[in-house]
Amino acid sequence: MSTQAPTPGDDGQAVSMHTMESVVAAQLFAIGASVAYSSWNIGARWADDGPQAGYFPFYIGVIICACSLVILLQAVTGRLGENKSFVDRGPLRQVMSVLMPATFYVLGIQLIGIYVASAIYITVFMVWLGRYSWLRGLVLGVAVSVVAFVMFEVWFQVPLFKGSLFNPLGFLGY
Amino acid sequence: MEEINALFQGFAVALTPFNVMLMFVGILLGVVIGVLPGLGGANGIAILLPLTFTMPPTSAIIMLSCIYWGALFGGAITSVLFNIPGEPWSVATTFDGYPMAQQGRAGEALTAAFTSSFIGAFVAVVMITFLAPLVARFALEFGPPEFFSVYFLTFCSFVGMGKGSPFKIVAAMMLGFALAAVGMDTVTGQLRLTFGFTDLMRGFDFLVAVIGLFGIGEILLSMEEGLSFQGRAAKINPKIVIETWKQLPKYWVTSVRSCVIGCWMGITPGGATPASFMAYGVAKRMSRDGQKFGTGQVEGVVAPETAAHAAGTSALLPMLSLGIPGSPTAAVLLGGLLIWGLQPGPLLFVEKKDFVWGLIASMYLGNIAGLIIVLTCVPLFAAILRVPFSIIAPIIVVICAIGAFTVHNAMLDIWFMLLFGVIGYVFKKLDYPMAPMVLALVLGDRAEDSFRQSMLISQGDLRVFFSNWLVGGIMALGLLLLFWPLIGKVFSSRRTHAMA
Repeated sequence: MSTQAPTPGDDGQAVSMHTMESVVAAQLFAIGASVAYSSWNIGARWADDGPQAGYFPFYIGVIICACSLVILLQAVTGRLGENKSFVDRGPLRQVMSVLMPATFYVLGIQLIGIYVASAIYITVFMVWLGRYSWLRGLVLGVAVSVVAFVMFEVWFQVPLFKGSLFNPLGFLGY
Repeated sequence: MEEINALFQGFAVALTPFNVMLMFVGILLGVVIGVLPGLGGANGIAILLPLTFTMPPTSAIIMLSCIYWGALFGGAITSVLFNIPGEPWSVATTFDGYPMAQQGRAGEALTAAFTSSFIGAFVAVVMITFLAPLVARFALEFGPPEFFSVYFLTFCSFVGMGKGSPFKIVAAMMLGFALAAVGMDTVTGQLRLTFGFTDLMRGFDFLVAVIGLFGIGEILLSMEEGLSFQGRAAKINPKIVIETWKQLPKYWVTSVRSCVIGCWMGITPGGATPASFMAYGVAKRMSRDGQKFGTGQVEGVVAPETAAHAAGTSALLPMLSLGIPGSPTAAVLLGGLLIWGLQPGPLLFVEKKDFVWGLIASMYLGNIAGLIIVLTCVPLFAAILRVPFSIIAPIIVVICAIGAFTVHNAMLDIWFMLLFGVIGYVFKKLDYPMAPMVLALVLGDRAEDSFRQSMLISQGDLRVFFSNWLVGGIMALGLLLLFWPLIGKVFSSRRTHAMA
């Protein structure tokens, strides 16, 4: 996420509404264009046996492009209402303090599986953001993972992801 | 009277001890889900859906729909006690509910909210009982063009009745359609929009999108607002309940009006959230005490709650009778039907009578059970909210991740969930509506199929959509709604010209 207009303090805006509107509209345009392009390549015309596979998505891509262009124009010309702050610096830091650990958590799931990653994630989150003691965090983190493990692996017999790098719970036989 | 008989058979199906137990479990889970920020009706049901795969479909849908009722009830608790809407549809309840709690009338506000929710839902269920079989019988005659026209109407009504920029509504909706198209084409078997990634062959599952958009996105939003739960205490005792019930009949006009608004907004996919705002606004304008709204009027709680529940319940009517959901939560329930091997749509009323009437009967019972549970357990639920956010937030993220994984046992889906979470956060802040996107993602394939089948029938002639009065009428109505923002603009500029 781009941060602009460096204003000191915690209350300054990190990103303005119009910037964000333009960025999102531009991205939508890119998505629409790639949808239309890729659909055109697999055939977006009318064959003897009816519409080809790309027919429907092609026009969807075109409509996304058209709408995003209008939104982009409105954003650039300032017709989307006043240029408020999209998010201020303080709140942005708050959001990031949830989003960043969540990203590492998903990466953790990818590597070492859902149960151990969840226990670590809950513990770290509680200690870091909630200022709880390590002991409390660890107890709750492990407890949630154990409940999830018993519920899914043992009770409902729905196996969850065990990690692509190595499976720390392999010794349990699951 | 056929419906009454069928309904009693439905009660017989729903009233087994196992199903009644599931009903109470569902309501309890639902209220907890409704109370917690980040977990709502749609994503809560999406997460729990995989756990019901082994149950008989009737029991499964009874539990899931009860979660939905519970979530509808639960939203009101946080609105009144904490001034934090647990669900978008209970935002309007905070306007008068929280002031009442501040004046120490929390019990009264909650009783009014729960009772009006119950009445709204009850009226909607009665309507479903008698209207849904009619609509289904009517829809049995539908061919592909008729079905496409109904899909078309559904999507156009988002544009016509939406509040924000029509371009954003269309863009969000089309994004949903594009995501739905990813993967194998059902007609030709060709791969579409996979850009060479084999993992994308499976396509995007809307359950993952729902969990990300509404779950992770909501957590990010709550974090930004820096939630601190400073709640009011609530005591509900039988005396307060009876005294509140005594004054509720005074507001019967408001109730009736809100029921009508709610049912209408639920059947046409306006949804519970706009219905609650609209009902509040109309009540404020029409009421004798309109000036006092916002300072703690019982009527200001009755109006939005009745409408939200009526809308939330009647959103199941098109889902059951046509296979077209009226809200994201109804869409998730519809996804459940497909997974349990039931084809939603008019044939359901003919082929799976037990299922349909069991579900409808459980709506009556579920709402009664819900009213009893919420009236008796409010302090318990309020206590959940006093658990600090730094404990609740990571647990909800973990639950969402598990839910996203279990949909297809795919690790990639957890990454998609995270991505959808960020999209949900940005879209919410920029006022891109999420409901049309989710519905397009659910219905995209089927809307496309019915379009292509119609085209095959007519050999590419678009006039097939105007070939008889029924399909032509629905298409015309759809087009009217699609261009409604434009038409409205022309009219209002004319009016201002005339005034000048």
